[in-house]
Amino acid sequence: MSQPALPVPDNRERFPELHPALDTNAALAEANRCLFCFDAPCTAACPTHIDVPRFIKKIASGNLRGSALTILDANILGLSCSRVCPVDVLCEGACVMHGYNQRPIEIGRLQRHAMDYFYARVTVLPACPPRLARAVACVGGGPASLACAAELRRRGYAVTIFDNRPLPGGLNTYGIAEYKLRPADSLREVEMVRSLGVEFRQAEVGGAAAGGPEAGNVSLDQLEKEFDLIFLGAGLGAMERLGIPGEQLPGVIGALQFIERYKTFPGFQVGRRVVVIGGGNTAIDAANAARRLGAEEVHLFYRRTEKEMPAFPFEYHHSKVEGVRFHWLAQPLEIVARDGRAAAVKFAETRLEEPDASGRRRATLVPGSHFEVACDMVIPALGQSRFIAVLHQSRSIELNGGSVAIDRPTGRTTSPRYYAGGDCVNGGREVVDAVADGKRAALAMARQLEGATNG
Amino acid sequence: MADLTTNFAGIRSPNPFWLASGPPTNSGEQIMRAFDKGWGGAVWKTIGDPIVNTSSRYSSIDWNGQRMMGLNNIELISDRPIAVNLREITEVKKRYPAHAVVASLMVESKRETWHGIVKRTEDAGSDGLELNFGCPHGMSERGMGAAVGQVPEYACMITEWVKEVARTPVIVKLTPNITDIRAVARAARRGHADALSAINTINSITGIDLDSLTPRPNVGGRSAHGGYCGPAVKPIALHVVQQIASDPEVGLPISGIGGISGWREAAEFMLLGCGTVQVCTAAMRYGYRIVEDMIDGLSNWMDEKGFRTIDDFRGLSLPKVTDWQHLDLNFRIVARINRDTCIGCDLCYIACWDGAHQCIHLDGHALPAALEAASRARISTTPIAKLDAAALPHGVTPPIRIPRVDEEECVGCNLCWLVCPVENCITMEQVDTGKPPESWAMRTASQ
Repeated sequence: MSQPALPVPDNRERFPELHPALDTNAALAEANRCLFCFDAPCTAACPTHIDVPRFIKKIASGNLRGSALTILDANILGLSCSRVCPVDVLCEGACVMHGYNQRPIEIGRLQRHAMDYFYARVTVLPACPPRLARAVACVGGGPASLACAAELRRRGYAVTIFDNRPLPGGLNTYGIAEYKLRPADSLREVEMVRSLGVEFRQAEVGGAAAGGPEAGNVSLDQLEKEFDLIFLGAGLGAMERLGIPGEQLPGVIGALQFIERYKTFPGFQVGRRVVVIGGGNTAIDAANAARRLGAEEVHLFYRRTEKEMPAFPFEYHHSKVEGVRFHWLAQPLEIVARDGRAAAVKFAETRLEEPDASGRRRATLVPGSHFEVACDMVIPALGQSRFIAVLHQSRSIELNGGSVAIDRPTGRTTSPRYYAGGDCVNGGREVVDAVADGKRAALAMARQLEGATNG
Repeated sequence: MADLTTNFAGIRSPNPFWLASGPPTNSGEQIMRAFDKGWGGAVWKTIGDPIVNTSSRYSSIDWNGQRMMGLNNIELISDRPIAVNLREITEVKKRYPAHAVVASLMVESKRETWHGIVKRTEDAGSDGLELNFGCPHGMSERGMGAAVGQVPEYACMITEWVKEVARTPVIVKLTPNITDIRAVARAARRGHADALSAINTINSITGIDLDSLTPRPNVGGRSAHGGYCGPAVKPIALHVVQQIASDPEVGLPISGIGGISGWREAAEFMLLGCGTVQVCTAAMRYGYRIVEDMIDGLSNWMDEKGFRTIDDFRGLSLPKVTDWQHLDLNFRIVARINRDTCIGCDLCYIACWDGAHQCIHLDGHALPAALEAASRARISTTPIAKLDAAALPHGVTPPIRIPRVDEEECVGCNLCWLVCPVENCITMEQVDTGKPPESWAMRTASQ
């Protein structure tokens, strides 16, 4: 990953927030609307099981500090989750108000209200116990590792996070669309975790052949020598390639890299006519960002239809409002160059076959249906490839379809000193899922370390 | 079409909705605007020797995001010269002859002083007098207001003084800040009062500012107890009204006051015997315009019920209030939960477990803590659209969250029904016990 130029650009005007903050009165009114369900479905639906009615009633009672600590106790990344969680399919989707023929409680915005209060006052979390002798390494600096580290540190264990990027926070810092989460907010959460006493080291954790400490690299052998247990929160690797001619041309940029660039390079230039390829949430994030950065036209192509598109429906609807144009049943064949730069994408029309055994409808090319779309920027967004092969080979950690195989309740891998969570386990889900994975693994690791100490 | 015209102890008004003595009836200009909006009558802000007020004067209780569930005030009687108030009474009566203008009075406890103010007020043209024996703050420290209303002999004596000279109906306004309201009500009757009004405000301290540690309302760093009113006091007022309305030794017309902000409350006071109702806090909060729906709502309800006049339903609920000892111990109801409308908030479940009789169940007989622990131990993930098994659509209650009532154990306390946010989801239904009615009084008499 290339070095970003610092400081990060201020994109506030181009990227106003998707869900603006509630003011105090609005938050109070909304908090009072909450029924305070027993064993609330919203809490059960949250992967980190934040006690939602409890934190909402604390907003209503004017105990905002208590509200924030209730959230952070369950989810150390309560700030970013309040902004990026797809609440429609999580807490707010489970809200009983739906059955009452009313709007669900705006849980996400209420959580943000409590988090904004907390961070605006530089309030500190309760002090952690002094460091125990047992130490844990977290590989990767994203949400899973941050959550795992915070949970272990709160229980007294020494934790070091190894991250290969200049700024910690993983995709929270680099990969989430600006109108949802600003890098500065991600970094505030990182500082919160650091304030608990978690150490951060910028280093590439590699195989046995890694270049040694002077190259900023740490080998697995070194890691295993220095730490009792290791948590893998390394995320996914680079974006999957299209595998078509012209992919290496200037003007072609992967969606995640595109998001990282505009967030971290002042002066980043978007194309005037942009083609986005893919139908996931990241494709939509990139397409929306291209619009807001000034692209005159943004065309998103997906080889199946609106019905099969993996993006959340509300993301899709939002994107249409942003002015992104959607094109279905089209598969790229080639990126066409002019003057050494991407100048067009050649597509073929597709047709959907009958659903196969897995229920998915394969898209096949329609012969002789080629067409070309002129553009000056191409953003492929095809999901990320899995990057855990080294561990599989050298530590015989079992994989499952390219992801690390774990015991779900504990995060334990098939190797006794390794735990894992986040995108490298689930293939790429939400921040809150990574936090939940990290937390569950931390609890299991603490139990294992306790057992070892007592034994 | 309902006929709302009222004759209350001889005071006529186009409808039973009167503004109570207070800030909304401070001046003739205000009262005329109120009549224009539809109020049937007004009890003038208490007239007496002008006083000096403090700043600030009001404080309130907010509840669950709603403002002013209850209001408290430390304001005294009129701060305007008696002559000005009386001149304006004359003017209002001239311009609004069909509306009721009642003068609230409070002067020091001297016979001649009372005689003087009664004559002057009636000469000014008021339709009736209301004796303020209820103001619980400030004036009571000077031997007036509640200081009179709390001592039956004083109340009787002053009422007699007034009746010696009064030519118009005399209403005695009662304070609820007394152990048994009936003692003063009977005293007023002995003093020949023509009617009663109840309640005046209730002694209160609404709250304390947790920053300055000063009770509200804050008058330069200190406070004093005030009089409580507004929606919160309605149940207390209804009880007071019921007590004096059912007392055979009282037997006077009653003008109901206390927490009335709409036609429903008005109807309730009338069902317990009131001939008119008086409103202050709601008019202070929203303005005179609220009377429109009071008139409209009461008329519509009367039409639906087939009541043509107020007297057709006045007091109809009184026989339904009795002493506990006469209630039927063999009457039995149980809670039933409608599974189709239950939204799964499970508020009834936790209310029954922690606050009632442990007869509503979820998931077998697990204790509340076990249910919560099971939910926290569950692994939840963000569903990915089109990949994961679809969750239940929004608004469909998972069957596991729908509680079940053990009807054998249910005592019919109503708590679950009261906490349920969904209308008609929980109903309290009668079950036949097969036993004849039997009250505590009957049971103990037969022993």
